[in-house]
Amino acid sequence: MTTTLLPAPPAPTLPTLTRVELRKSRDTRAGFWLLLTLGVAALAVPLLTMFFADPRAKTFTEYLTLAQFPVSLLLPVLGILLVTSEWSQRTAMTTFALVPQRARVVVAKLLAAALLALLGVVATLVAAGLVTALTPVLTDDATSWEVTAQHVLQVVALEVLYVLVGVAFGLLLRTSPLAIVLYFVVPTIVTVLVTTIPALDWVREWLDLTTTTEPMYSGDLDGAGWARAGTATVLWFVAPLIGGWVRLQRSEIA
Amino acid sequence: MIAIEHLTRRYGAQLAVADVSFTCPAGSVTGFLGPNGAGKSTTMRVLCGLAEPTSGSATIGGRRFRDLPNPGRSVGVLLDAGAQHAGRTGREALTLSAMVQGVPAARVDAMLELVGLGGPAAGKRVGQYSLGMRQRLGLAQALLGDPQVLVLDEPANGLDPDGIYWMRGLLRGFADRGGTVLLSSHLLREVEAVADQLVVIAGGRLVAAGSKDELLAGTGTLVRARDRSALQQALSASGISTRPGDGDAVLASADPEQVGLATARAGVPLVELRPAGGAGLEELFRSLTHAGPQGADGAAATVQETRA
Repeated sequence: MTTTLLPAPPAPTLPTLTRVELRKSRDTRAGFWLLLTLGVAALAVPLLTMFFADPRAKTFTEYLTLAQFPVSLLLPVLGILLVTSEWSQRTAMTTFALVPQRARVVVAKLLAAALLALLGVVATLVAAGLVTALTPVLTDDATSWEVTAQHVLQVVALEVLYVLVGVAFGLLLRTSPLAIVLYFVVPTIVTVLVTTIPALDWVREWLDLTTTTEPMYSGDLDGAGWARAGTATVLWFVAPLIGGWVRLQRSEIA
Repeated sequence: MIAIEHLTRRYGAQLAVADVSFTCPAGSVTGFLGPNGAGKSTTMRVLCGLAEPTSGSATIGGRRFRDLPNPGRSVGVLLDAGAQHAGRTGREALTLSAMVQGVPAARVDAMLELVGLGGPAAGKRVGQYSLGMRQRLGLAQALLGDPQVLVLDEPANGLDPDGIYWMRGLLRGFADRGGTVLLSSHLLREVEAVADQLVVIAGGRLVAAGSKDELLAGTGTLVRARDRSALQQALSASGISTRPGDGDAVLASADPEQVGLATARAGVPLVELRPAGGAGLEELFRSLTHAGPQGADGAAATVQETRA
């Protein structure tokens, strides 16, 4: 009787697992359409701006700023689905039977999500460039190609942060509808609450993700701003991530 | 190859698996039997690292599943045929697994072909698959990494008779080449034809374990007569206890010779007289299914008696 297994091939590397997660994000109908919608929206918003906005707003940097809004709205949904689909579609059983070190799957999902956010920013850069090139052709207005490195860096940080918040929410809540609804509803309630109660101003300034990250869309986040965005990140990304991580390590996959 | 040692898994106050121990040697098929809710799936989930044992251990080749670097390459797992994304095609689901395991893409089509999902079926979304097709896909997934061990939870579920026959041949061949198979079912008939050894649990406790021949032998005598009540009177007059069998048959806890002598003395003509064989185990199994968890201890006692 044989009592030992044959020498097993090495464990899948983190880049391999990340490639697998990237593939999972687009190989289903839902994932494919979400990515396509994201690309289309990133192009549509600057395009509409070109036709209907104030002539002074028709610059590359302005287009880039505006293109971030639909992307930062949809990326968290992508991040949520990247995690929750494992439970709603019950693939978690297959995933974790192949990679029993559950933390590695989480890290691969975070990496894949961050790469998708980078891709999202590339899409907005391409869209902004395209629309800037078209502006003098299709309208009578002048345009400008000027953009700062600071602006690009901050939109990258913004989109990566938003998609990672989605992953953390998904990991904590595990069901797509609950995670998506809470992701959109909870920050809104918080914003409304702290806006109406003057005594809670400091909460909005330090812990509200929408408020603290707002300057990042246009690359205007400064010294104290980074600290404020940082504390909001701890609340909306780090805390749910830790909660979800602990929940995953302790739970039974069924 | 598979060793379950004093495995206990508790959910709050409920004891899902209680001190279960058994082994599955290489080159054999082990049928893991028990009514629904007996603790089979929990045991298999612990074995595959998807649940933690409360106490005890489950190892494969001496290692915990979680300590296997690339488990798909040594252990093929099919715990739930429904655990596939409905929006992915069969080929895509296997391709993802192949990427994780570092298996060449050509193996994906080979496995799809092997389980009868080649051609157009491979390109259909899993949501459109029948339960039988999902089981076949699950089996292809389990075999993808060319493992030495297979852990399959109710794999015959949803397969048609042809499919069940085909699967038996596949598992038999796998074990004959030195592989280890642990295969669960709530139907004795389903595993009887392919298993070398049987492990029966009910209410989370082990009630019987051993080679199939050993368990199916020595379980009394099946006897049938036109006049059933006269037959039962004749047997109890000779101090032989009886239980009802299939249809109008009676299961007597004595060997055929004793039964024949007893009925001859009473002048009861028999229609059938033979060793009960699987009927005894089946009857035990049915009593477990009907009695539920509470009946497990009683049933365990019965097994102890019959084997003593």
